[in-house]
Amino acid sequence: MAARFIQKIVNAAPAASRSYSSGTQKVTLIPGDGIGPEISAAVQKIFTAANVPIEWEAVDVTPVRGPDGKFGIPQAAIDSVNTNKIGLKGPLMTPVGKGHRSLNLALRKEFNLYANVRPCRSLEGYKTLYDDVDVVTIRENTEGEYSGIEHEIVDGVVQSIKLITEEASKRVAEYAFQYAKNNNRKKVTVVHKANIMRMSDGLFLRCVRDMAQKYPEIQFEEKYLDTVCLNMVQNPGKYDVLVMPNLYGDILSDMCAGLVGGLGLTPSGNMGLNGALFESVHGTAPDIAGKDLANPTALLLSAVMMLRHMELNTYADKIERAAFETIKESKYLTGDLGGRAKCSEFTNEICAKL
Amino acid sequence: MSMLARTVGRTFMQAAAARSLHTSSALRVSDNFGANRTTCTLVPGDGVGPELVYSLQEVFKAASVPVDFECYFLSEINPVLSAKLEDVVASIQKNKVCIKGVLATPDYSNVGDLQTLNMKLRNDLDLYANVVHVRSLPGVKTRHTNIDTVIIREQTEGEYSALEHESVPGIVECLKIVTAKKSMRIAKFAFDYATKNQRKKVTAVHKANIMKLGDGLFLRCCEEVSRLYPRIQFEKMIVDNTTMQMVSNPNQFDVMVTPNLYGAIVDNLASGLVGGAGVVAGASYSSETVVFEPGARHTFAEAVGKNVANPTAMLLCGTKLLRHINLPTYAETIQNAINKVLTDGKVRTKDLGGQSTTQDFTRAIILSMS
Repeated sequence: MAARFIQKIVNAAPAASRSYSSGTQKVTLIPGDGIGPEISAAVQKIFTAANVPIEWEAVDVTPVRGPDGKFGIPQAAIDSVNTNKIGLKGPLMTPVGKGHRSLNLALRKEFNLYANVRPCRSLEGYKTLYDDVDVVTIRENTEGEYSGIEHEIVDGVVQSIKLITEEASKRVAEYAFQYAKNNNRKKVTVVHKANIMRMSDGLFLRCVRDMAQKYPEIQFEEKYLDTVCLNMVQNPGKYDVLVMPNLYGDILSDMCAGLVGGLGLTPSGNMGLNGALFESVHGTAPDIAGKDLANPTALLLSAVMMLRHMELNTYADKIERAAFETIKESKYLTGDLGGRAKCSEFTNEICAKL
Repeated sequence: MSMLARTVGRTFMQAAAARSLHTSSALRVSDNFGANRTTCTLVPGDGVGPELVYSLQEVFKAASVPVDFECYFLSEINPVLSAKLEDVVASIQKNKVCIKGVLATPDYSNVGDLQTLNMKLRNDLDLYANVVHVRSLPGVKTRHTNIDTVIIREQTEGEYSALEHESVPGIVECLKIVTAKKSMRIAKFAFDYATKNQRKKVTAVHKANIMKLGDGLFLRCCEEVSRLYPRIQFEKMIVDNTTMQMVSNPNQFDVMVTPNLYGAIVDNLASGLVGGAGVVAGASYSSETVVFEPGARHTFAEAVGKNVANPTAMLLCGTKLLRHINLPTYAETIQNAINKVLTDGKVRTKDLGGQSTTQDFTRAIILSMS
């Protein structure tokens, strides 16, 4: 496991230096549905203004019928992410009806995206009831409650299987501590319910506990899921980096987003074995699509996370600062933040600040 | 003869319960020997439980409440001192009412059980419905105001089934069981509760988009039951969205009905919004018995013996008990005293930003009752 990580770091290093030497690096862009194309355009515009050495490769992921007769992601899109190893994705519509698998799920499977990272930070200029939030939720993303193994044993009795494996638990634990270290975070909290699910959550807990010993410089604590829920709304400053199984991560990451103002403001990144995919996790908002009213912040901050992942930190910092400044000044806020600006005005203001 | 009478009585009660609203077994003061006194089982629990229970007993004594306690120390982390589960269950079955502190649930069991003591107690008594009424309290400063939500949680199956196995080393399967029978039962309980308490809306919390069969079944049962109650609005909400809505706009919720684990999450979250684990009371119902216990279950073990815990939740459990056994005047007296002390804000425990001790707080309540 450790070897794989070292390998990854070693691999990442030449990639970064190559990008400096050759100037540009290719990134797959999946604009998405609804407001997706607008906010993707906004991000592209801001990146151009900041002279980020990135070349976008836009792909369409509208499901096509594959050779097996099932609908799925077009091969071209898969190939693009596999070669570029990095992607940025707008919101995708979850297809309703039969025959379609959720595209998000398909992408997750395709690229083995095992860890979902969602930093939530209070933004100056957009006041919520909670003002000292700065937490990162890291969620195991391949198994647990979302294993999808369910059956009806007899009529009216269903069993759903939650699957916890040592391999996946260790992998996400290692990622969490590595993340904490790379981002100068002080503490990692493992969120679990091992008092109720003694074997499954117990295994997850043990894996994180073992990993913690390899990172003595990072503080480590164990908390029950319900305690975290209780304390998070009373005093969010108590927590720093949180690592947890799938379902708890799903719930807590959305709750933390709620603390800072909703999914329109929080970035998200998915780390995988075959690459990393950064995305905005809000919906497609079909009601305001095409009206130049959407807020591109979530996708922009996800793109900033992506830059950090590619070790283009100076660009990341520059763009992030410009975005935060613009929100703080509150002159050009979009409708969801209580302002009246258009998406393009907000974007232009950020570009001007660059 | 008496056996026969009891059996007949029970059958009648069950029939009544099945026919009309679910009412548990209220109004049983006169069953007891002794001048209309009620006996109540008392399980202090772990952590600060004993201190809180002591505070409750002091207040009851000061208000001359005609309730006698039958005390059993039940504990999983202290098995040597613990009473036998059978005895506690028998006592609760006999008395029909119980006040219970929080039992600590360790991550392991020294006899290798997967079930916790809490689960065993709930299963033995079939305490299927946990009701936590989360309300903003006067004088407690919080971010949100006017919260008034009832969370009804199924607590005998779901994630808490304690069925786990390691198929091969390093791979653990944990079963979550959802049954139509229990889902229907909790849904009916929730709608009955809403009807009885003039509530307008019931929200079912689920994750049926992912767990299509398990949570899907729960959701279908709720939908089915909701059709029998046309006056009560019914809505569905995915659990992650629920938590997000809860922290940003908690006032939209009225009654919520949830499977086991989501209930634990929402209970705690909501308790956090109104001032923490020290101020929210809850109750678990079976068709026969009621166990009153704090709404957010935290033993607060780090505060044991420090005399700093907030007894409000436990006192509110006491008032719930009194209302349940039809002693509303006593309940009023204690409730008013709690409200007065909280509103005055002079005596506040640490969790509410004060410096007073548990004892100070208890005394203040007793003083403002007279």
